[in-house]
Amino acid sequence: MLNTLLPILLFAALGLAVLGALRRMNMWRRGRAAKVDLLGGLLAMPKRYMVDLHHVVARDKYIANTHVATAGGAVASIVLAILVHGFGLHNRILGYALLLMSAVMFVGAIFMYLRRRNPPARLSKGPWMRLPKSLLAFSASFFLVTLPVAGILPENFGGWVLAAILGVGVLWGVSELFFGMTWGGPMKHAFAGALHLAWHRRPERFGGGRSTGLKALDLSNPDAPLGVEKPKDFTWNQLLGFDACVQCGKCEAACPAFAAGQPLNPKKLIQDMVVGLAGGTDARFAGSPYPGKPIGEHGGNPHQPIVNGLVDAETLWSCTTCRACVEECPMMIEHVDAIVDMRRHLTLEKGATPNKGAEVLENLIATDNPGGFAPGGRMNWAADLNLNLLSEKKTTDVLFWVGDGAFDMRNQRTLRAFVKVLKAAKIDFAVLGLEERDSGDVARRLGDEATFQLLAKRNIQTLAKYRFNRIVTCDPHSFHVLKNEYGAFDGNYLVQHHSTYMAEIIQAGALNLGQHKGNSVTYHDPCYLGRYNGEYEAPREVLRALGIEVKEMQRSGFRSRCCGGGGGAPITDIPGKQRIPDMRMDDIRETGAELVAVGCPQCTAMLEGVVEPRPLIKDIAELVADALLEDAAPSKPATPAKREPAEVH
Amino acid sequence: MNTNVISLVSIGAHPTSGRPRRAEQDARAVELGLQLAGDNLQVLHAGDIAEPALRAYLGMGLEQMHVLEQPAGADALPALTAYLREAGAQVVLTGSQAETGEGSGMLPFLLAEGLGWPLVVGLAQVESINDGSALVLQALPRGQRRRLKVKLPFLATVDNAAPKPRQSAYGPARRGVLNAEDVEVLDDELLAVATLQPAKPRPKRLKVIKAKSGADRMKAATAKASGGGGQVLKGVTAQAGAEAILKLLIEEGVVR
Repeated sequence: MLNTLLPILLFAALGLAVLGALRRMNMWRRGRAAKVDLLGGLLAMPKRYMVDLHHVVARDKYIANTHVATAGGAVASIVLAILVHGFGLHNRILGYALLLMSAVMFVGAIFMYLRRRNPPARLSKGPWMRLPKSLLAFSASFFLVTLPVAGILPENFGGWVLAAILGVGVLWGVSELFFGMTWGGPMKHAFAGALHLAWHRRPERFGGGRSTGLKALDLSNPDAPLGVEKPKDFTWNQLLGFDACVQCGKCEAACPAFAAGQPLNPKKLIQDMVVGLAGGTDARFAGSPYPGKPIGEHGGNPHQPIVNGLVDAETLWSCTTCRACVEECPMMIEHVDAIVDMRRHLTLEKGATPNKGAEVLENLIATDNPGGFAPGGRMNWAADLNLNLLSEKKTTDVLFWVGDGAFDMRNQRTLRAFVKVLKAAKIDFAVLGLEERDSGDVARRLGDEATFQLLAKRNIQTLAKYRFNRIVTCDPHSFHVLKNEYGAFDGNYLVQHHSTYMAEIIQAGALNLGQHKGNSVTYHDPCYLGRYNGEYEAPREVLRALGIEVKEMQRSGFRSRCCGGGGGAPITDIPGKQRIPDMRMDDIRETGAELVAVGCPQCTAMLEGVVEPRPLIKDIAELVADALLEDAAPSKPATPAKREPAEVH
Repeated sequence: MNTNVISLVSIGAHPTSGRPRRAEQDARAVELGLQLAGDNLQVLHAGDIAEPALRAYLGMGLEQMHVLEQPAGADALPALTAYLREAGAQVVLTGSQAETGEGSGMLPFLLAEGLGWPLVVGLAQVESINDGSALVLQALPRGQRRRLKVKLPFLATVDNAAPKPRQSAYGPARRGVLNAEDVEVLDDELLAVATLQPAKPRPKRLKVIKAKSGADRMKAATAKASGGGGQVLKGVTAQAGAEAILKLLIEEGVVR
């Protein structure tokens, strides 16, 4: 009886799965066109899955091993089951293989089940609680129905009662695995995930690469949409990417805004985009809500504006663009891209940048700095430093990109310290002076692509006039934008963060360094240096050169928690239950360090905004400058020039 | 409410960089106009249609703007007066003082005089418009408001007491249409012969703190401005009134 029932069940479920797949693909195709290497992506997909994706998953050994067993067992079991029970190839070897694979899958599913007995808050419940049981049902049923094929049990063992039970088990299993895969069940992640890896919008991320720069909007075409208003305004592979989400909540656990009680949860955001692309409400979402926003009150469809239907604007403005969610996501979904896309629509079309956003953007247009300071004061911090101007020098080894920290009195100390270091190392360097403009980082993250491109193009024009070997900056935001985002406008430079550059000149022995004196030190990784650009080592190397043993925080390196200062978050200032820098300061206090080394003006400002008593905050450049030893044979004249008293009449 | 509202705008200059931008007060005039008339608001500028800063007004969500084309240095007054008379405007809003050019703040007064319309200075809010007259709030110092009833059509200047202008967005700014209108160009003779020089900052009054307690300071900060020895002239002839005013001006040293 099972011999007739099984093929029917298998092929019926497969047929429905194919229908579902076509339906789902049509949903993705509502999105805008995207340049994707369709065939090359598909061919590269297995490697991306086995290597790149596994690399992320393997940070959690338990789930990595469990997933290898379950998914590997499932894929093999499905193929074998179709051969053995679908096409009736009752071959002993195939039978044993199927037995083995379903057993492996069963073991994996048991560990899945154990994980789900007391699940952490970040995991979604609902249908996801059912999935391990469905996997158990699938693997157990196929194990049992295959026993006769392998010749272990006689045919028709157990009579019709067992056959009926197994039939139900197989039905349950194939419903979840085949039908559910393309009709929106938890197994959708396998189907959409595989295609998402194949047609990822940032294929450079695979094979150890890094791709973090935001993609440029085409402003030359007046018909091209300015950002994303409705779900169908995303590119089709972005929609596909949303569907790949496994709702593991790793993003939620890493998100600083979520932890601060601001109304953002990256996982819920991605699920809301899934609701948007398929149509419906968020009532069936079974995970943590946006803090302060009950579930079930939002809904939408592909043709309806997202903001104030599906998602509230403050959810989008809570993001600090720290990329912690993207870094953690085992499906390599691009949350930040989606958020900035939606912000672009709000800023460029609706003029709805909250709080100080509008003022900052206006300042950037009128004064080239977000604070609205007179552009003529950009070099006041260096009035007594006699810096070389590139406009006079025309060519230099190091172009020191000062950044908007030039207007901030705290950051001026960092800048002056770095100049001291450069001078001590006798570096041939120069600055742009008044010709420098804001890099456009804040404008771009606030969604104002037009102002970003304006600033970027003008900066590129200025830089094109001069010859230099590299750009060095103390600001990781300028660093990231110059390095990764000016390329789209033909601005390609060798750009270095000052920590990288200092590590280089220390290595080369250009600095006569003493030791750091006194207090114990921890180091805070800036997001735009670490996660955005992979520079974790250089700052630590510099600190080691000062004789500092860094007391690492639990969340450091690629897991570093944001200071709350990125993505224009201090400007849009969405209220939460606590402040992100306060949480980060707690991380710092936990190490017992009395001083925290930083490498970013934003981080400095955010962390110094935490009320005392708290550890001191010093930029790496300040620490290096403090440890500089005067040269043994100073070239200074021994006697200072005699001062004539001025006569007064 | 189908009131014909026109906002007059000029090119502003950013206070620290001096670069062209939408003028702060004029943008508030547009904001007030948008709140009053919505999409029916007309926005009018006399000057160079190619000035990119004009688009910043369109970015507030305007579909179009009228520009009376004039070269720099031309007198905007006759062109504006003629246009407003033709356009059948009921409410005309404008900033109190331009940020560029002469910036004398005289334009609204001369316009009102030329049109023969009443002028409300420092309009903060329009409460209602009924039966050919409007109920408006006028801003006075220290946050005080005066309710006025004004006959339509009227002209009003707005200052920083008016609602903050909405953000100017790139999309609408790019899409908006600038409609050029040819007008007779008249040179501003007064401006041509005058020499312009940067204004000297007004000397600051020395701050003498007399208050002895926090309560006193609070009182000083919040109390109404009290003229004290003012004199109310009521029911006197124009001649007598004028003499009284002249006498005061001479006493105060304004007229010598």
